Amino acid sequence: MTQPILQLENVHTYIEQYHILQGITFDVAENGFTVIVGRNGAGKTTTLRTIIGLWQAKSGTVKLRGQEIQGQATSEIARAGVAYVPENMGIFGDLSVRENMILAARRGKFDTDRLEWIFGLFPPIKKFWNLAAGNLSGGQKQMLAIARAIIEPSDLLLIDEPTKGIAPAIIEDMIDAFLELKRMQTTILLVEQNFSFAAALGDDVVVIDDGQVVHRGAMDTLSSNPDLQQQYLGLALNE
Amino acid sequence: MNRQDISETAISIGSTTNLLKRDWLPIMIVIAAALIALAFVGSPSIWLTLTLAGLAMGMMVFIVASGLTLIFGLMDVLNFGHGAFVTVGAYLAYAVLTMMTGLTVADNLLLNVLALIAVVVVAAVGAGLLGWIFERIIVRRVYGDHLKQILITMGGMIVIEQVVMMIWGSQEKLIQLPTSLRGAFVMGDAVVEKYRLLVVVFGSVLFLAMYFSLSHTRIGLLIRAGVEDAEMIQALGYRIRRLFVGLFVVGSGLAGFGGVMWVFYRGTLTADIGGELMILAFIVIIMGGLGSITGCFISAILVSVVANYVAFLVPEMAMTSTIILLVAVISWRPRGLFPLTKR
Ligand SMILES: Nc1ncnc2c1ncn2[C@@H]1O[C@H](COP(=O)(O)OP(=O)(O)O)[C@@H](O)[C@H]1O
Ligand SMILES: [Mg+2]
Repeated sequence: MTQPILQLENVHTYIEQYHILQGITFDVAENGFTVIVGRNGAGKTTTLRTIIGLWQAKSGTVKLRGQEIQGQATSEIARAGVAYVPENMGIFGDLSVRENMILAARRGKFDTDRLEWIFGLFPPIKKFWNLAAGNLSGGQKQMLAIARAIIEPSDLLLIDEPTKGIAPAIIEDMIDAFLELKRMQTTILLVEQNFSFAAALGDDVVVIDDGQVVHRGAMDTLSSNPDLQQQYLGLALNE
Repeated sequence: MNRQDISETAISIGSTTNLLKRDWLPIMIVIAAALIALAFVGSPSIWLTLTLAGLAMGMMVFIVASGLTLIFGLMDVLNFGHGAFVTVGAYLAYAVLTMMTGLTVADNLLLNVLALIAVVVVAAVGAGLLGWIFERIIVRRVYGDHLKQILITMGGMIVIEQVVMMIWGSQEKLIQLPTSLRGAFVMGDAVVEKYRLLVVVFGSVLFLAMYFSLSHTRIGLLIRAGVEDAEMIQALGYRIRRLFVGLFVVGSGLAGFGGVMWVFYRGTLTADIGGELMILAFIVIIMGGLGSITGCFISAILVSVVANYVAFLVPEMAMTSTIILLVAVISWRPRGLFPLTKR
């Protein structure tokens, strides 16, 4: 059994005086696809932001490949191999699609094979290459945010609700792209409210509620058991 | 899918379209203001003199404000002490000039320009170094807290001004331009002061250089990206602190450069020289859109030429006109002429 690539151990995070994460513990298996689900306001985004260092954990440990990373600057965690697609996508709207991508290519130039591969996954990136990214539609921006996160290989990809506000047709394309990433052995930790999307992709699932992990295990177990879903996810995810 | 169609056209025509799609409206307003003023002023020669003086003033405000707007845009830091670098730049100019009187009084353009370059380099480097110290000692401690930033940076400015007075004394100093930069060209009825023209050239070149660096270099891209979303550039692995310190140093150096331009313009020097430009600088960065260099440049020109026309036509309204202009622009575009940040 190999060591998990990411381990959270009893992580507590405060935002100002509010105690948001109240002892989060879970692992992310290398080359696996782990999904975090949970109601609105449960603490999913806060969990990802704590991992990437945009919030600091007040106590507990976050380990990447066994090394503690909590307390490090976001830039250092990113350099250690963690890529991040935030909930608001973090697109630089004033910059062109190309400029958004070139900033993500850390050496300042593209690996052309990888870029072609990304063009294949997300054709609009190629189509709108020189357009200001602010003019893209919501779905295209989401593709750009993901493309930016995968233009360099990373050890762990954090993605926060990519389906939020996105048209169903684009969600289908996105599932294909994620399946392809999975085949490429990318380790992914995805936050998702759309349970059918989560179930189509996830190997493992972590359910968070009120800043605590209320369930962890194989996705199959949860997706095949409506009672469990009802218990952990309530009405919020019944569509 | 109307938007899609438009975007595809944009791609096929390429970068020309991008340029045409730029927002020309604020520039039109500047031109319109100048033309309306021409109608009211009547005499083209007086109008030319007023316009040139306004442009020169605008350039100096731009030079000082450009660093400030990027510093605020990137790290949300309000530096009310920025004027201190203007003051230090002006005093360093004075110090270098007194050491090099030989070069400045000679009636020789080359020697004069050499002297001016030496003055500018010393002032900018000195102010930049001071900026570096200022960032380490003062600004670094108050990230994320505007009230503390305002108080402590103003305090820092007072301390720097006191030190300047200890070194150079509190009495007013007179400053003279190098010989061949004094005087004016006479074009028909119009009097075109050489120095004002020089300031306009310097300011325009600086703007173009900044514009080019921001749009065509990696550091420039990073600054623009950081102004839009500072968290995201960190998540892409960039060390924003270093970028910010670098920007702070450059911004302080530019303020020092602005101080040199301004002290020659005024001809006299006191320790509060920096504070004068700062009110205009803050108006201009708000009007232009925080973090926007183009907005800073256009609004610096707009504010200064309008103030000059009004000062000529209705002298008692000069300062009021600036405030009215600010209010009008902000009601029209609440986040400034060229909004960039979400603030
Ligand atoms: N910037 C913030 N300031 C104060 N409270 C916040 C902030 N961000 C999130 N919260 C609170 O933290 C809790 C968890 O939020 P979040 O992690 O965004 O939830 P989720 O992503 O699961 O919907 C919520 O109650 C939310 O109101
Ligand atoms: Mg969220």
